[in-house]
This record gives sequence, structure tokens and C-alpha cells, in this order.
Amino acid sequence: MPHLVTIDNVDMRYGGAAGTLAVSGLTMKVGKGEFAAVVGPSGCGKSTLMKLVTGLHIPQSGVVVVAEKQVTKPVSIVGMAFQNPTMLPWRTTLDNILLPLEIVERHRHRLRANKKEYVEKAEHLLETVGLKGFGSKFPWQLSGGMQQRANLCRALIHEPELLMLDEPFGALDAFTREELWCVIRDLHAAQGVTIILVTHDLREATFLADRIFVMSARPGKVLKEHTVPFARPRDLEVMYEKAFNDMVHELHGEIASARVVA
Amino acid sequence: MSVLTENTATPAKPLAQRINWVKLAPWLYTIGLFVLWELLVIVLQTPPTILPAPSRVFQAIVQYWSPIWKNSLQTLYTTTVGFAIAVVAGLAIGLFIGWSKAIYAGLYPLMIGFNAIPKVALVPILVIWFGIGAVPAILTAFLISFFPIVVNVATGLATIEPETEDVLRALGAKKLDIMLKVGIPRSMPYFFGSLKVAITLAFVGSVVSETVASNYGLGNMMSSAQSQFNVPLVFAGLLMLAVEGIAMYALMAWIEMRMTGWAHRSSMSQ
Repeated sequence: MPHLVTIDNVDMRYGGAAGTLAVSGLTMKVGKGEFAAVVGPSGCGKSTLMKLVTGLHIPQSGVVVVAEKQVTKPVSIVGMAFQNPTMLPWRTTLDNILLPLEIVERHRHRLRANKKEYVEKAEHLLETVGLKGFGSKFPWQLSGGMQQRANLCRALIHEPELLMLDEPFGALDAFTREELWCVIRDLHAAQGVTIILVTHDLREATFLADRIFVMSARPGKVLKEHTVPFARPRDLEVMYEKAFNDMVHELHGEIASARVVA
Repeated sequence: MSVLTENTATPAKPLAQRINWVKLAPWLYTIGLFVLWELLVIVLQTPPTILPAPSRVFQAIVQYWSPIWKNSLQTLYTTTVGFAIAVVAGLAIGLFIGWSKAIYAGLYPLMIGFNAIPKVALVPILVIWFGIGAVPAILTAFLISFFPIVVNVATGLATIEPETEDVLRALGAKKLDIMLKVGIPRSMPYFFGSLKVAITLAFVGSVVSETVASNYGLGNMMSSAQSQFNVPLVFAGLLMLAVEGIAMYALMAWIEMRMTGWAHRSSMSQ
């Protein structure tokens, strides 16, 4: 499998030479079309990882390669979604979703002439995540879960090759979260997009991912790599199997000991 | 409004319940103030050269209507022109300052220092440069009212959520894209909010300058009325200023509601 994302022995330090070292000797590879999850104790540099891969930060040493190009500036083939949906309140949900198209070089000049086609695409995405007919509503008229669904649509509208998710379901209740796990699972299956999910929720990571990277406490590096053995498509029922719980248990143990070391 | 229409359908209720007291309150309180004032003058028997009764002030308004009207229009003119320049310049400078942290850090102390200077002290300088008349009044109105606009626009730009910025930058957005798509729309509620403060300040500026250095305007009219001990006319001028101030404030508040309704979510979602 060709690798879409390669991070090789990367150091990233904030605030000059005497600043905090966020990640050190970080190495990981994510294959094309793969669903990777990154777990670890808090402050392990998971958000730094997001910024390194998207090109928002350039590492002081080591190399980040995305889509066969070394990252030296924002990569623009990624979609991002954070825990905070950050919908713009003066735009309707549909216009919020179309926002990346007004930015990305390859779409921005076509947008005006092909507006209808793009709107159709956005409406199709809304339907996929279960928000059919909500495009004309303003984001503040939607619930938290609905806003997060719209946020996923916005991250996907420009057909990114790579989707970076930073704890996107952290602020949601348990049932909404499980619903959105299924939405993400189906999007991944249908669109073949590569996903890197940063999360604190070990069950979420185990349910969704093909591979799980366990990171150490700061400065972060990859301690262990797990391949998740459960066959796809996975049903929510898989979470009640013994093998699933054993894996979550094992991950939990690894993170607990990583915290103690710190 | 809904209370009123609801109650007309059931006319059995007594009169006191059929009246929308909240809508009526501003008028009642204003009338109350004038009545109180009138009573105070009657009880204390103050001469009109010290504190004229409101009835005497209204009489002066009728008596001197022609000069009052002419000077009110003049003051309204200098104020709105100064205010308009302040809006354009305030918006431009606010965007400039909010553009980068370095510009913000460099210019902010200068702005505060400038704002601390009493604008009345600048009027003589403006007179030296432009002579007496409308120009110093317009410029004083501008100088006094542009600061709140600048501060509010710059604040709106400086408080963009970092996540929003990350999402857009990761897509290859330039600084200009982020400003146009997020920064400027985001700062609009701050901007329109500041207009309400700025317009009242603009009146202060224009009247101060007219009082010191002009042959026209309410400021000039009041200062010459004062030198003739025509105190009712002075109060008539103050009253006209209050009316103009309220009218312009209401206009700004209306524009604010129209332009940035999304920022007043709770009232809209009902």
C-alpha cells in the first residue's frame, strides 16, 4: 500500500530554542485509504501532529511527506474538523459548507460558474450525514450534534484526500457520538478517503480505525502501533465482543503507563 | 405588539391592562421629567435667567424657530459629515490595525495617547489651519468619534477563533482570504455597535467646535444667546441637540439590527 502520510523522525519545538518540545523523534506512516487513530495521554502532542500533517507548522528537524511531497506550506488536500464546529454564524449551513470551495485554488475560480453543481454536491453530503433539508438553517439554529455533522460536510466538500479529525465528537452525548461514528465509518467506506483521527476515546479509536498509534507523554512520540483486526463493515455490536474489550483494555493500560512515566 | 393585538380581541379587560406600558414608558418618563422640572421651577421660583421652566423653553423654540431650525440643520450637517469621515477612516484604520499583531502592538499605544487628548484643545489648532466655520466642526466631530470605531473593528478582527483560522489556512487561504471571509463579517457587529457610541460623541465634537470657533450651528447659537442672557434660548438649543442625538442614535441602532441580525440570535430564534 502506498503511503499518503509519512512522518520521519520529526522534532517540533514551540517558542524558540528554549521552548517546549512538543514532539520528538515522531515517526509514523499512514497508507492511502487507511483509517488511522492516534491516542495518548493529554498533552502528548496530538494537536501538534495535526498541524504538522496539514502544514500549519513546519518541523525544526525531520521530514513530513504528504502525497509524495515534502510539506513546506499548508497542503490544501486536507479537510479538518475540530471539537469546536466553528461554523460562521452569519452564513447558512449550506454556505458554511461551501466555504472551503471559496478558498481552495482548484475550485475557487469555478465556483461562481458551477454554483449549481456544487450546491447539489453539498446537499448530497448533507443527506449522507442525515441533515437533509437543513442547509438553509443558520448553524446556531442547529443542535451541537447537527453542527458537528455539518462540520464534517464542510471538511469533505472539496473532496480532500486526507481528513484530519481532532476529537470531533468530544463534546457530544454518548448516543449522538455513536451515531456520528457510524456516519464517519460509512463516509470512509464510501469515499475511500484517508482519515487520521486524534481522540481520547479508546472505544472510538478501536471501533473506527484500521490502525491505532499510541503516543507517549510530552515530548510525544509513537510508543506502539496496533492493527485492529475486526472485519469491516463493523457494526456497533462489535463493541460488546470480548476481543474488542480486550483491545480497549490493552490500550488503556499502555496509556496509563505512559502517563506514569511522565 | 403581540400583547396589544391579543388584548383588543378581549375587550373585557380594564384599560390599564390594555395599554402596553413598556412601549409607552419612554414617553411617560420624558413627560414626567418635564413636569418635574416645571414644578421645581414653580416651587423654587427660579428666574428664567437661571433655570427657565420647560414651558418657557418651548415658548423660546416657537419664538426663535427660524434660527433654531437653521442652526440645527447646520449642526446636523457638520456632525454627520464628521461622523461619515470617522466611519470610513475608523473602518480603514481598524482593519489596518487588526491585520497583524505587530501593527496592533505598535499603533495601539499611539491611538490611546491620541484619544486621551481633549479634543477641545485641538480646536484652536484646527482654526489656525482651516479658519473658523464648518471645517473645524466637522474635523472635531471626526476626531472625537473615530476612536471607538477603530477599537471595535480591530477587536473583532483580533478575536477570530484559532480553529477557524487553522481550517482555512490548511486549505491554502491567504491572510486576505481569512480577512474577507471571516475577519470582516465577524467584526461587523462590533462595528455597528460602535456607531451608536460614535454618533453621540460626534455631536459633542461638533458643538464644542461651533461654540469656540464658528458663526453657525447650535453651539454658536447657544454661546451668543448666553452672552445676551437669553437662557431659554440656550435651553432650547440643548433640547434640539438631545432630539437630534436621540434620532441619530435610533437610526444607528436600526442599521445595526438590519445589518447584523445574526449576532442577536436569541431575539431572532423566538
